[in-house]
Amino acid sequence: MPRLKLPLPPLPPAFQPRPKRPGQGQKVKPLDQVKEAGIHAADWVDERTSLSGALRWVMFRKVPKGTNWFYTLGSATMFAFLSQAVTGVFLAMYYTPSVTEAYESTRRITNEVFLGEFVRGMHKWGSTVMVILIFLHMGRVFFFGAYKYPREINWIIGFVLLVLTFVMSLTGYLLPFDQRSYWATIVAANITASGPIVGPYLGDFLRGGAEFGATTLARFYSIHMLLVPGLIAALIGAHIYLVTRLGTTAPPWMKTDVDERLREDEV
Amino acid sequence: MFGTVPQPRRTPPKSKYTADRLIPGSFEGETVTRRRLMSLAVHGGGGIAVAAFTLPALGFAVGSAVFERPPAAWRPVGPPSDFPNDTYVPKVITDVPGIGEVGKTTVYIRAYNPDIDGEKDPSIPGGGDFVALSTRCMHLGCPVRFVEASERFICPCHGGVYDFTGKVDGGPPVRPLDRFYTRVENGQVEVGPRYSVNSEFERFPSYRDPGQDLDGVGQYLYPGRFSTPKLD
Repeated sequence: MPRLKLPLPPLPPAFQPRPKRPGQGQKVKPLDQVKEAGIHAADWVDERTSLSGALRWVMFRKVPKGTNWFYTLGSATMFAFLSQAVTGVFLAMYYTPSVTEAYESTRRITNEVFLGEFVRGMHKWGSTVMVILIFLHMGRVFFFGAYKYPREINWIIGFVLLVLTFVMSLTGYLLPFDQRSYWATIVAANITASGPIVGPYLGDFLRGGAEFGATTLARFYSIHMLLVPGLIAALIGAHIYLVTRLGTTAPPWMKTDVDERLREDEV
Repeated sequence: MFGTVPQPRRTPPKSKYTADRLIPGSFEGETVTRRRLMSLAVHGGGGIAVAAFTLPALGFAVGSAVFERPPAAWRPVGPPSDFPNDTYVPKVITDVPGIGEVGKTTVYIRAYNPDIDGEKDPSIPGGGDFVALSTRCMHLGCPVRFVEASERFICPCHGGVYDFTGKVDGGPPVRPLDRFYTRVENGQVEVGPRYSVNSEFERFPSYRDPGQDLDGVGQYLYPGRFSTPKLD
C-alpha cells in the first residue's frame, strides 16, 4: 500500500475523482495500474531516501503576502548560470586551450560546427545576462531590505557569488584569444598588479609569470572551467538552503497583519 | 538572556584527572581520556591528509608563477649603424618564446645621445650605447607608438603621452616607459632584459608592471619580483 501522499492541485468539481459506486470498486483499469506502478516506484525510492520530506520542505514553503515577480530574479540568475554551465561544457568539446590553436578552434566553433555559432552566442550573451540579472537580484534584495537579520550570511554568500561571477567574466574573456581578449587580459593583470605590496605577486600568479605566456591561457581556462564553476555551484546550494530555511521577506510596502486581539488599544 | 543571575553550580566541577573520575583503566596523572585522544588523533590525521594534497597543489599553482626566474635573453636586432641618435628605429623582438605572435613585442631603439640623455651611467650592464624603449604603456600596458612629427610616444587606449626620452608628458601613466638593456656583440646590437625607471631615470632591474609608481613611496609599495630575469 503506498504511503506517499502527493498533494493534489485544486481541480474544478467536474474533474475531481469521484468515489466509486458500490459494486464497481473491484474492477482495476489499466490506467490505475500504471498510476499504481508509478507511485510504487516513487515509494520505493522514498522509503530508502526520505526524499519526499526534503522535497516538501523545499517546494511547499510558506511565502509572505505581497510576493511578486521581483522575487524571481534570483532563480533567473541561477538559470542563467545553468545555461552557462551547459553551453560551456559543450563548448569545451570543440575548444582547444593552447596559444596557437585557441583562436582557430573558436573560429571553427563559430563558422563550421553545427549550431556552434548559436551555442557560443548563448554562452557569450548569457554571461552578460547573468551579470545583469545578478545585479537586479542584488538591487531587489537591497531595496526590499531582505539582507537584514537573520539573512546577513545570505547577503555575504551572494556577494561572494557576485565576485565569482566577475572572475568568470574576466577569465572567459581571454579564451577566444583574439586581439580584444589579449589586451583586455593584459590590462586586467596590470590592474591586479597595481595593488600595493601583494599586487605584483598576485599579477604574477594570474599570468603564471612576469609576462603573458602560454601558461596564462591554460590558467584562465582551468579557473574558468573547473575552479570557479564548482565554487559557484556549491555556494548557490548554500544560498538556496538558507533561503529555504529562513524564508523570503515580505515587500516593505506590505503592512504586517497584527491580530486584532493583540492590539494594545484593544487590549 | 539579560537579567539572569548566574546560579551557583549544583555539582562540583569534575576533576581533570581521569583517575578521580573513576574511569576504568585510568592511571596516575592521566588527564586525557582515551576517547578524547583517539578523536584528536583522527581529526589531526584527517587534517594532515588534506594538507598533504592541498599544500602541494597550491605550491604547484603558485610556485613557478611567482618564484621561477626565467633566464636573461639577448636578442640581436641589427648592426650599430642601423640606429641613429636623433630618432627611433622600431624593431620586433620575441619577448616570450614558444607562444607565436603573442610573444613578440616592438622595441624603439636609437643610439645614446649625450645631448638628450645627459651623462651616461657607467654602471649600466651591457654598456648602454643604445637606448631601447619598450612600447608597453605605463598606465595599463597598451602598446604605444612613436609619432615622428611630434617626437612623442602616444598610447591609443587612454591618451598617455611620453616625450622623446620616454618621460611622461601627459595622461594617466605613472612613470617613464620601460627600457631594455643593450649591448653590442659580434657586430650586432642586442636587446637584453627589460628594466624599469622612475622619473629620475633611476634603474629598477626587476621590472615592474604598468600602473606601478616608482617615485617616493611607490618603490616600496611595489617591490621587485622573483619572476623577472636577472643579469649578473
